[in-house]
Amino acid sequence: MTDISTTMPDLGGLTCKEMVELVTDYLDGALPSDMRARFDQHLKGCDPCVVYVEQMRQTITALGCLPEESVSEGALNTLTEHFRRWRAETEE
Amino acid sequence: MLSPRTPAGVTADSEMTPLTPPIAPQRVDEDADLVAGLKRRDEAAFVTLVTRYQRPLLRLAVVYCRNTAIAEEIVQDTWLGVIRGIDRFEERAAFKTWLFQILVNRARTRAAQEGRADALSSSKEEAESPAEPAVPPERFRGADDKWANNWAVPPHSWGESSDARLLATETMELVKQAIATLSPAQQQVITLRDVEGWPAEDVCNVLLISETNQRVLLHRARSRVRALLERHFR
Repeated sequence: MTDISTTMPDLGGLTCKEMVELVTDYLDGALPSDMRARFDQHLKGCDPCVVYVEQMRQTITALGCLPEESVSEGALNTLTEHFRRWRAETEE
Repeated sequence: MLSPRTPAGVTADSEMTPLTPPIAPQRVDEDADLVAGLKRRDEAAFVTLVTRYQRPLLRLAVVYCRNTAIAEEIVQDTWLGVIRGIDRFEERAAFKTWLFQILVNRARTRAAQEGRADALSSSKEEAESPAEPAVPPERFRGADDKWANNWAVPPHSWGESSDARLLATETMELVKQAIATLSPAQQQVITLRDVEGWPAEDVCNVLLISETNQRVLLHRARSRVRALLERHFR
């Protein structure tokens, strides 16, 4: 259980449950400015949500580091042959 | 913009302003010189374009057909479409957008032939239908709690060494598997946005979806991948 002190911090009028649904809009810069200010205010008072946003950022980093599909050697050669045929057909 | 599960009281869609306009006509096409070369029948320009885009094309094609051999055929067919159509390409859109639109058309046709209805389902419909919340409701405090709807089971930091763990082969494999569990519409969006690193606007232009729906699908996809990583790092 998270340790929340007895005095409620100013969480920008947003619950954590709302925060996790707004995080993509937040990271995309798509929140209107008043909403963005409330989101930032919540983060100031809520460490678990800071962790959550950080995890979303790390998830995006991991996604961006996936290895590429390997391309077969023959594909480029086949395409080049098609290109040359097309060039011969369409050049005067 | 918000998922349909966003609780009442949170800013409505209409108040949201898009980050970028849907079309940015002023943007310079990074491929303009190569496109001009291709129109002149310059083979080097063609080879450079193929080398630049072959892998991302293949990655998106795999999302539609889940089979590398068929994906390669779709990509090849896409390039044939490019050389046949390049003289009529008027550069009103970026070359990249045009190229990937050709791929998506070919991939959808192929998916229809293969009877893969799921790959053809409407992204709009999916984005506008209710979905699982990003985090299961039982991880938040109940309505009768003093701290209602705040964390009951909070996330724990993945730690200082998390970057190395994040990029480990094992994690990469898990991320790939996580993507495979997503709906095709979510896979299409997350592949272009996060795996390929495209801006939202380009993704919308290629997949022909609104910026709002794009973000809803991205949100669901990312939330699910995060949840699977959390289970892994726990």
